[in-house]
Amino acid sequence: MNIPSIPLGDWIESGLTWLTSEYSSVTRAISRFTQTGIDVLNDSLMWLPEWALLGLIALLCWKQAGVRLAIGAVAGLALIWNLGLWNPMIETLTLVVFATLVAVVIALPVGIAAALSNRLYRLIMPILDFMQTMPAFVYLIPAIPFFGIGSVSAIFATVIFSMPPAIRFTTLGIRQVPVELIEAADAYGATRSQKLFKVQLPLSLPTVMAGINQTIMLALSMVVIAAMIGADGLGSEVWRAIQRLRPGDGFEAGIAVVILAMLLDRLTQSLRKTRRS
Amino acid sequence: MDETRPVKIQVRGLSKVFGKQPKKALELRDQGLKRPEILDKTGQTLGLSNISFDVYEGELLVIMGLSGSGKSTLIRCLNRLIDTTEGDIIIDGENIPTLSEKALLECRRRHFSMVFQNFALFPHRTVRHNAEFGLEIRGVDKAERHQIAQNALTQVGLDGWEDAYPNQLSGGMQQRVGLARALANDSTVLLMDEAFSALDPLIRKDMQQELLQLQSKMQKTTVFITHDLDEALNIGDRIVLLKDGEVVQIGTPEEILTQPADDYVRRFIEGVDRSRILTAESAMRPVRSTARESDGPRTALHRMRDHTIDSIYVTDRDRRLIGLLEAESASKAIDAKSETISDHLSQDFRKVSPEEPLHNLFAMFGDKSYPIAVIDEQQRLLGVVVKGAVLDELARAGEQQ
Ligand SMILES: Nc1ncnc2c1ncn2[C@@H]1O[C@H](COP(=O)(O)OP(=O)(O)O)[C@@H](O)[C@H]1O
Ligand SMILES: [Mg+2]
Repeated sequence: MNIPSIPLGDWIESGLTWLTSEYSSVTRAISRFTQTGIDVLNDSLMWLPEWALLGLIALLCWKQAGVRLAIGAVAGLALIWNLGLWNPMIETLTLVVFATLVAVVIALPVGIAAALSNRLYRLIMPILDFMQTMPAFVYLIPAIPFFGIGSVSAIFATVIFSMPPAIRFTTLGIRQVPVELIEAADAYGATRSQKLFKVQLPLSLPTVMAGINQTIMLALSMVVIAAMIGADGLGSEVWRAIQRLRPGDGFEAGIAVVILAMLLDRLTQSLRKTRRS
Repeated sequence: MDETRPVKIQVRGLSKVFGKQPKKALELRDQGLKRPEILDKTGQTLGLSNISFDVYEGELLVIMGLSGSGKSTLIRCLNRLIDTTEGDIIIDGENIPTLSEKALLECRRRHFSMVFQNFALFPHRTVRHNAEFGLEIRGVDKAERHQIAQNALTQVGLDGWEDAYPNQLSGGMQQRVGLARALANDSTVLLMDEAFSALDPLIRKDMQQELLQLQSKMQKTTVFITHDLDEALNIGDRIVLLKDGEVVQIGTPEEILTQPADDYVRRFIEGVDRSRILTAESAMRPVRSTARESDGPRTALHRMRDHTIDSIYVTDRDRRLIGLLEAESASKAIDAKSETISDHLSQDFRKVSPEEPLHNLFAMFGDKSYPIAVIDEQQRLLGVVVKGAVLDELARAGEQQ
């Protein structure tokens, strides 16, 4: 017997085609805005001489987390510079920072809304599961018709893939605020927004920061995939090394990614701790 | 108690059902069923049933009951942290259950401050910012609320701790912050839900004492919840006794102890009841000062002033009690240019033997403020018993059980 297969793929495809043609002006606007943002960030980081940026980052690490991280930052970044991977590193950093910013700007309000409304919570949580379990490659496919090949598509896919933890942790953080503190705020006549800004958000900040930290790590994990649709950076170094069968080059770029990841991880974690005390 | 005192909060026919079918639960209640049967039949918890009482202006009303009797539910209905199922709660002419969302916020800001069992301090705010919270919510400007919070913190003895965080303080100090937060807010009513129950016994006694002192200074209308009879007797002007969501008795500590409304109350105060074997001697304190019959009125008056008392017991040379001199009579004696006070003594006081059972002493106080004199067979003055000491003694006996 021959059961006709459900044309799920066809439906999605025609839906996407319709979306791209109908909203081409919107996607183009987003595309231009994103591209400009990336370029500005990238150019300003590149404009600084290597040693100056290295010094700045070391200073930031020192202020935020102490001497040890500062020394680590200098050593790691110097190695990247020495390997000739400075510019790709900057491109990757730009991509990650920009994607994280976009993700956080979307995630905070969504996470707050999901924390405050049970109905939204039940709606959003399965969507987050879906977003996180769907193989990241798949996001590249709609990204390309929307935004074409290049860093904008890469950002789009990265944002979607890395946003869930920021939403989840924001929701979790707010829901974790002890009921007695909510009760205290209510008892003194706080309005909803007073409660949110004076009690719920400040108390959930450490958890929110943990979510942002995860988002950054996920964004970094997307660099090689992003490279497949034309994003420049360390990812494309790895991708090129794979295509040319040059494991040495691949590992060098990989190590640079690890250094960047450790740096960003420690830095955001220390941010979280200083906020708490 | 004087029934014509101004009433601050009127609670009438208040009921609260936890669950989705409150009507059904109340119907069964009206048929005479009690909380456990209603829970069995409908799955609804009858948290409070038909509660009525008044809170007088300036009094410290204690709501007492065992765990689960509905105390927390009741106090939360007052400021509507919990929505009521039926009944009225009227404060200054406003019926709280029917207020709009906006009017409710306004009402909470103006009328209610709350102190919580587990302090409920904001961990991300300093002591000062915690104390300022209510004022900040109401939009009082920074300089002013700073000043008010500072005064409140001084009042509870937390000078110098303004910039600490709650987790740096001991439990007792944390609850002082909770109290300062409530006092700074200057609402008309203070709600305290087992405010001292989480504290060590010694600190707890201190806090009770301080609350009483504050209370005598400020006369703030206070609803204080406790499961502890000792605490209730110690600080309450009146006590509302709850059982399974119903009021079993309302009265002064003396009334509760001497005229328990039913077996439940009797069992509740059983520990205290056993103290019927306690005697006047156990509550007796040394006399702070006495006068001699040969003393002049000025000497006697001076002594009273020294000890801030307004009457003094007078003894003869053998320390036998012969009368009581009131400050007023002493003044008259001075005016009359009397040489001694012997002609100005009053016999209108109570004297008991050391063996007198303690519970009999309640009735003797009546509306007199003089301490009761304790004398031996030779009429010698051994000591005095003040009203508070009787309660303390009874409560302590209850505790030891
Ligand atoms: N939110 C709630 N849902 C269901 N039952 C509740 C709820 N809150 C309290 N109760 C029940 O109401 C009764 C009174 O509780 P509570 O007011 O906390 O008592 P207390 O403060 O005197 O210990 C208890 O039987 C408790 O289980
Ligand atoms: Mg309780």
